[in-house]
Amino acid sequence: MAYKIIASQCTACSACEFECPTGAIKFKNDTYIIDPKICTECEGHFDTQQCANVCPVPKTCVKV
Amino acid sequence: MVQPVTISLDSLLAPVDFDAMKLTAASGGCASSSCGSPARPEDMTADVWERIKDHPCYSEEAHHYFARMHVAVAPACNIQCNYCNRKYDCANESRPGVVSEKLTPDQARRKVIAVANEVPQLSVLGIAGPGDACYDWKKTQATFGAIAKHIPDVKLCISTNGLALPDRVDELADMNVDHVTITINMVDPEIGAKIYPWIYFRNRRWTGVEASQILHERQMQGLEMLTARGVLTKINSVMIPGVNDEHLIEVNRWVKARGAFLHNVMPLISDPAHGTHYGLTGQRGPTATELKALQDRLEGGAKLMRHCRQCRADAVGLLGEDRGQEFTLDQLPEAVDYNPAKRAAYREIVASERGDHAAAKQAAAAAIQDAAVEGQSMLVAVATKGGGRVNEHFGHAKEFQIYEASSKGVVFVGHRKVESYCMGGFGEDATLDAVIAALEGVRHVLCAKIGDCPKDMLEAAGIEASAAYAYEYAETAIGALYAETFVGAPRQAVA
Repeated sequence: MAYKIIASQCTACSACEFECPTGAIKFKNDTYIIDPKICTECEGHFDTQQCANVCPVPKTCVKV
Repeated sequence: MVQPVTISLDSLLAPVDFDAMKLTAASGGCASSSCGSPARPEDMTADVWERIKDHPCYSEEAHHYFARMHVAVAPACNIQCNYCNRKYDCANESRPGVVSEKLTPDQARRKVIAVANEVPQLSVLGIAGPGDACYDWKKTQATFGAIAKHIPDVKLCISTNGLALPDRVDELADMNVDHVTITINMVDPEIGAKIYPWIYFRNRRWTGVEASQILHERQMQGLEMLTARGVLTKINSVMIPGVNDEHLIEVNRWVKARGAFLHNVMPLISDPAHGTHYGLTGQRGPTATELKALQDRLEGGAKLMRHCRQCRADAVGLLGEDRGQEFTLDQLPEAVDYNPAKRAAYREIVASERGDHAAAKQAAAAAIQDAAVEGQSMLVAVATKGGGRVNEHFGHAKEFQIYEASSKGVVFVGHRKVESYCMGGFGEDATLDAVIAALEGVRHVLCAKIGDCPKDMLEAAGIEASAAYAYEYAETAIGALYAETFVGAPRQAVA
């Protein structure tokens, strides 16, 4: 149960990093990546996935 | 005709011998202190003038002398606009939101200091996208904090979509951010829904009219809060023909009622190659004439900004020029110390120069009022390198500043961007055709120099180009031209 970021689409704007309620998103090698071991798909925090909600590029933060 | 100038703008811009520069300034005849003609407009309090007189975006007068720089430190955004594509990046594009490198707050600090050491005109540091400075707040805060410590007299300025603004107003005021620009394209959420596909607010994505309703309420709340704290505000509105063009009259009314200091109506920039929603769906931007017509209808409402160049989010330099490429990350030294010498010397010179300019403006206004024929107005294009003077060669101009001369005086009404006609020894006919098209509605072009060939071609298109007023203040030159055009000729004929 996790989300991932399609690196080729990512603009590296960083919005997902500070919206992520579990701190699962880090900047690595010019893009942001989601640690699947930490990501909870926001369950227990929000009804919808924050990274996907704030991402400016469609279909870039998606379910693994 | 007025005497040749004692201080050329080149002397202000080139790397200079400061003692020589001061001497020239001192011998410049009418210094502001002795001449008694303040550059401050009559309808402005001394306090407000003091706060905007060095800000090129808030004062049309200041934009002839002072430069801004933008640092792209806050790339995260909380809304999507139909005129914005967040994946776009090109060094050759000059428009808002476009940037070639994003900076960390520490890189921004080094860049600002490097620019302050090299560009004496620098007076303003802005954070203006891509992204939203209020939403990506920690980086905005860190950048401003570092700069305020090193260069305390640089004005701090932000641009925001307003959604997160109410949460940041107190902190902005605490950091002495005295100028805040809010982009407000609508006050009717039904219209907003055609401009904003979604917003991200309070941990969820909102769409449609509901999204624009929230955005609208937050924008108005933020504006009211800034006005209550005495922060100067500029409202940017993107004019989108068929979507919000007529509606901007309503927007102007709303923002004026809430204390906005300036209203800046900008044309939509739309091109399929930019990959924006509007670009891809064929939504066009307004023509220069449509933009001016709307701006003219807004006169009498909130004060209009007409000198906006819609600069890049990492622009450096005077409005209309961009020296950003001289200060890219790879050219920045690791350690850099601020040296205030150049900026201080430049300010001294500008103080005396702008006193002269103000006197020249007044004289031109008086001359025109004597000469004015009711209802007779004309648009004049000026080729300038800055300083408010006719001092650029026709073929080198990347833009023309447009002034309107009428019984009200000589007023700056906008600019037209063009491609430089001169290609280093020869001119392109196709480029000249584009220049002529850009000068729609303009009767006269004033420049420092122009060749016979382009001059004849302009004349064939009904535009009279002249280098007779080279190096004079635009207002002085246009005042004389106006008198010559509408009054001089008949009077001479009678005599």
